[in-house]
Amino acid sequence: MRPDSKAKIAFELNGEPVEVAFAPHKTLLEVLREDLALTGTKHGCELGECGTCTVLLDGAPVLSCLVLGLACERRRVKTVEGLAQGSRLHPLQEAFAALGAAQCGYCTPAFLLTADALLADNPSPNRDDIKQALSGNLCRCTGYIKIYEAVELAAARLRGEKAEPARESLYGRR
Amino acid sequence: MLRLPSFKYLQPKTLKEALAMKADAGPDGMYVAGGTDLYPNMKRRHQEPRTVISLMAIPELKRLEGWNVGTCVTLTELSNLPTFQHSYPAVAHAAALVSTPLLRNMGTLGGNLCLDTRCNYYDQTYEWRKAIDFCMKKDGHICWVAPSSPRCWAVSSSDVAPVAVAIGAEFLLVGPQGERVIPAGRFYHNDGINYLTKQPDEILVEVRLPAPDGWDAVYHKLRRRGSFDFPVLGVAAWVRREGGRVTDARIVLGGVASWPQEIPEAAAALRDGELGDDAIAAAAAAAYRPAKPLDNTDFDLSWRKQMTRVYVKAALEELRQRRG
Ligand SMILES: Cc1cc2nc3c(=O)[nH]c(=O)nc-3n(C[C@H](O)[C@H](O)[C@H](O)COP(=O)(O)OP(=O)(O)OC[C@H]3O[C@@H](n4cnc5c(N)ncnc54)[C@H](O)[C@@H]3O)c2cc1C
Ligand code: SF4
Ligand code: FES
Ligand code: FES
Repeated sequence: MRPDSKAKIAFELNGEPVEVAFAPHKTLLEVLREDLALTGTKHGCELGECGTCTVLLDGAPVLSCLVLGLACERRRVKTVEGLAQGSRLHPLQEAFAALGAAQCGYCTPAFLLTADALLADNPSPNRDDIKQALSGNLCRCTGYIKIYEAVELAAARLRGEKAEPARESLYGRR
Repeated sequence: MLRLPSFKYLQPKTLKEALAMKADAGPDGMYVAGGTDLYPNMKRRHQEPRTVISLMAIPELKRLEGWNVGTCVTLTELSNLPTFQHSYPAVAHAAALVSTPLLRNMGTLGGNLCLDTRCNYYDQTYEWRKAIDFCMKKDGHICWVAPSSPRCWAVSSSDVAPVAVAIGAEFLLVGPQGERVIPAGRFYHNDGINYLTKQPDEILVEVRLPAPDGWDAVYHKLRRRGSFDFPVLGVAAWVRREGGRVTDARIVLGGVASWPQEIPEAAAALRDGELGDDAIAAAAAAAYRPAKPLDNTDFDLSWRKQMTRVYVKAALEELRQRRG
């Protein structure tokens, strides 16, 4: 194939089969945003230094700015668009909204997906497990505490517990 | 946006096929594994291969057989393997300290061992480098860190490489001329540009670890943040002990030279002794003296040099504690 002709691949995107044609040197991030019009995945540094472009590739969180589109042939990709079920938000999305774990929101899709992968692996992570799993995602707004609390809340709800946000998390210490 | 330059992407299924593709592509061809080093470099136009040959679909490179590790095993796989954590804690620990969980899901052992050397004047976009004029590592003639120097001082920044050298791992390479096995220490050159003795067409196939008997090793890493950052200093310490006495030792520093820097004087201070306070202090002092960090990574230069003593001491104290 000539470097400037388009390549075509098929893969699974958020549970649905897709086929897409794009310039062969494009990253998965560029293919998602520019060729599939899915702009939920954000681009930041584009050098692996911020984590905002995170998607799940065969279930594992990776940086779509450093994955080649062509390397995704026949693989399974999940983006933030694949989290909600129709109009029903994913428990992680609900918890992030309820607790103010998203401020400007630029990092949020990436945190949601990284947390989704963590909870698929470990339904009852402790605070350290969560910190470790999310340590490749930068957030310049929240100071991370709200994000950790949101993941804990969502984890509890996903385990079937009737968990509510702590008063202190919502209103601060009185 | 920082885009990749255009190139042809190939995904061979065997080593033979990969070598043939590289022969075909000539000097314009490069191998890629996880791409977490090569792709950022390509976006900054450090490397501009016309053909990129992925090694990730070659089953041989994904093998984990006994103590021989295929080079396309990811750092996540390596650091999570219980048998590995048990028998090679220093290797598993160094792998777990690399960058971030996301990058470790992508980055491989082989890519880590072949990691490009780093420098504040080099790890910048094309436009940045052009603005101050290019340096000799790419596109220019001068070294901005040491302007009168004939060589490049970019820094070896791999976390696993110092451990591989310290424990005496061996590397299996395959090229058009066939296979060869070399000690990890002979895989590196102390030169920021030609930092590997590997030929560009050779593939690093497997890392052969020494049997886990009678020796122990640790790795300590200094960096600004607890995640993301490359080592500003890495200390790999290895000792062989018999009945409490050190019979052999190796101390290897990362982040201080263009290769993993072995410090024979530090090792000599430990040999034939008991890893007592005096021996540890002598080894730390011996490691401090030759360590010559340059002003081309993070942190103040003299502080980094001082930290060599502190980190070597801490590494050796951990080894002492772990004995038995
Ligand atoms: C933000 C960020 C932070 C990072 N932090 C760290 C850190 O703290 N410590 C650290 O050590 N690294 C760090 N890295 C670098 C990198 O992610 C890791 O070193 C990783 O293990 C590289 O592996 P890879 O498979 O992605 O390499 P690639 O990018 O695929 O390859 C790197 C180089 O090795 C060559 N190569 C790869 N595999 C082979 C092989 N089998 N045979 C022959 N040649 C081969 C390639 O041609 C290329 O030149 C960081 C990177 C980023 C972007
Ligand atoms: S050490 Fe000098 S030549 Fe090498 S990358 Fe840095 S500035 Fe360039
Ligand atoms: S965009 Fe910053 S890590 Fe991918
Ligand atoms: S909410 Fe703004 S960066 Fe995280």
